[in-house]
Amino acid sequence: MSANAQMVAKYKNNFLKEVQEQVEMGEWVKMCMQCGVCSGSCPTNFHPGWEHPPQEIFMMIRAGKREEVLTSPSMWMCTSCYNCIVRCPRKLPITHIMHGLANYAHRLGMAPKMQPTRHFAKLFWNNCVKTGRVNELKLSMGLYFKDGFGQGIKNGMAMKDVALGLLKAKRLNPFEMLGGHKCKDQNGIHAMLKKARELEEKRKAIKAAA
Amino acid sequence: MTAIVATNETILVVGGGISGMTAALEAAETGKQVVLLEKTAALGGRTSQLYRYFPKMCHPVCGLEINLRRLKSNPRIKVLTLAEVTGIAGSSGDYTATVRITPRYVNENCTACGECAKAVSTLVDDQFNYKLGKTKAAYLPNAMAYPQRYVLDPSIIGTAEAEKAKAACKYGAIDLGQKEEIVQIKAGAVVWATGWQPYDAAKIQPYGYGRFKNVITSVEFERLADPHGPTGGKLLRPSDGKEAKNVAFIQCAGSRDENHLRHCSRFCCMASLKQTHYVRERFPEDGKSTIYYIDIRAIDRFEDFYQKVKADSSVTFTKSKVARISLNEANGNPICHGVNTEGYHRYANEHDLVVLAVGMEPSVKGMNIPASVVADSSGFIEADPANGGIFGAGCATNALDVNRSVQSATAAALRAVQVVNKVARAEA
Repeated sequence: MSANAQMVAKYKNNFLKEVQEQVEMGEWVKMCMQCGVCSGSCPTNFHPGWEHPPQEIFMMIRAGKREEVLTSPSMWMCTSCYNCIVRCPRKLPITHIMHGLANYAHRLGMAPKMQPTRHFAKLFWNNCVKTGRVNELKLSMGLYFKDGFGQGIKNGMAMKDVALGLLKAKRLNPFEMLGGHKCKDQNGIHAMLKKARELEEKRKAIKAAA
Repeated sequence: MTAIVATNETILVVGGGISGMTAALEAAETGKQVVLLEKTAALGGRTSQLYRYFPKMCHPVCGLEINLRRLKSNPRIKVLTLAEVTGIAGSSGDYTATVRITPRYVNENCTACGECAKAVSTLVDDQFNYKLGKTKAAYLPNAMAYPQRYVLDPSIIGTAEAEKAKAACKYGAIDLGQKEEIVQIKAGAVVWATGWQPYDAAKIQPYGYGRFKNVITSVEFERLADPHGPTGGKLLRPSDGKEAKNVAFIQCAGSRDENHLRHCSRFCCMASLKQTHYVRERFPEDGKSTIYYIDIRAIDRFEDFYQKVKADSSVTFTKSKVARISLNEANGNPICHGVNTEGYHRYANEHDLVVLAVGMEPSVKGMNIPASVVADSSGFIEADPANGGIFGAGCATNALDVNRSVQSATAAALRAVQVVNKVARAEA
């Protein structure tokens, strides 16, 4: 059974409960009083990617619109400016809830596949946990080729002057492509991340049991 | 020296607004001796600054007049104005309050003829009108002030202006030699009725109060509507004196907000609903009100009032707390920005005038009360046995409207009477 199917079975139709127990900071969602100050204060102005403002997402969670919330690109559009957190009359950590929801949707495999923020976040994570260091060359190459080989070459050509400038200024090392620099204790990093994951699972289990 | 006869069978009432007056009257009318202290120069408090009451839309002067009549005819009440309590020592049945009385520079010979005001040319902020206008430095606090006596502003004392006022007085009522006095007043019980103050709207930074002239508070709007107010009752906006026909009311300006006031101030929804009447009355043809709200809290029997306003086609309700106000530089109009919860659409609506329905906070917050009382996190006094013979009344205890303040004050008076009765029995 997939992680998603497990959660559907576990929480049946109670999506609010699922969010409260499974999503980081999800327990705050029920505190929203729908005043709209978060949405009104958001500098992203809800351009097309921002389908639902935060206040609407909270209401959708309460209304049990599981599929619509988890597959929504909205929370991936958050720029973490923290305006909403500062302004919220009930002190909901809205930015953190947005990231919590995005993360949860990602883990369940529900998040929109080629959503650029998600794509970049995945690239960045995989890139930095491997060696304990961010390999900037590989990261930016990965981004160039997001939409296929042809588009990747086009992107690369468009950015070539910037790349050459970086090369001259010794801010870009082409040999990074061959493995690149690493941290000393890679096994230590991996053990630490594994432990962090374990702690997270444990915390969620405690929350779900309570 | 101010001579006050007070014993431990006296009830001391601190604050001369509607709650303090009520508590003093109720206690005195049961036969108790009462000393009523008021910090400003006249009784009536914030109630006297209202244009109309909800829900009956009657004028507060009417109720105040009745109370003042009761007060004048009752020899058991001693009223001290310009008096502030600086400390209360002792315990239930045996308190001593230290009171600072600031000089009025006008004695009881004053007939309120107004000659001193004519003689003086210095202008000071008109406190009664929330500084929306200026008044002469020799002034009557308000049209129906009690005591009906002029006051000299301390800023002109020692100047030629004060001498001019003195020279103009035919009754020898101006006494420039008055000094601040500290007096001790004994009391068996204390009713603490220091009331409320509007939340400082400038702290709600995105609304631009103080930066945008046409963003005002609900208490200021009340003065604009009042015929005795700075505009003679015309709804003229501050920036250019244009008629404010399209008025926005923003609810919960400061209230229900962890960054400002934690509590719901309770009266503001009704106040805004009431104020939509002012707009419609002044401009029956083209007056427009918009209420931006989270949810309308027209408690219990006020629901009818809400339904009537809702049925009024000149009033629009927008379920949204405005996130930000900006200014249209060309015409001085404030623009309200936000997202409407019904449909989640963005809006940017231009209005002639924005009225912030500001929240209520206690004038003297719990920890600043010079006596030991238990207060909640907003600074309102809680009913607690630990308070002994000190009882909160009116808005010192909670965010209340006039009606509920009077109820609260009557209750406080009854509790104070019981304490004093106990003292009397012990001494008999």
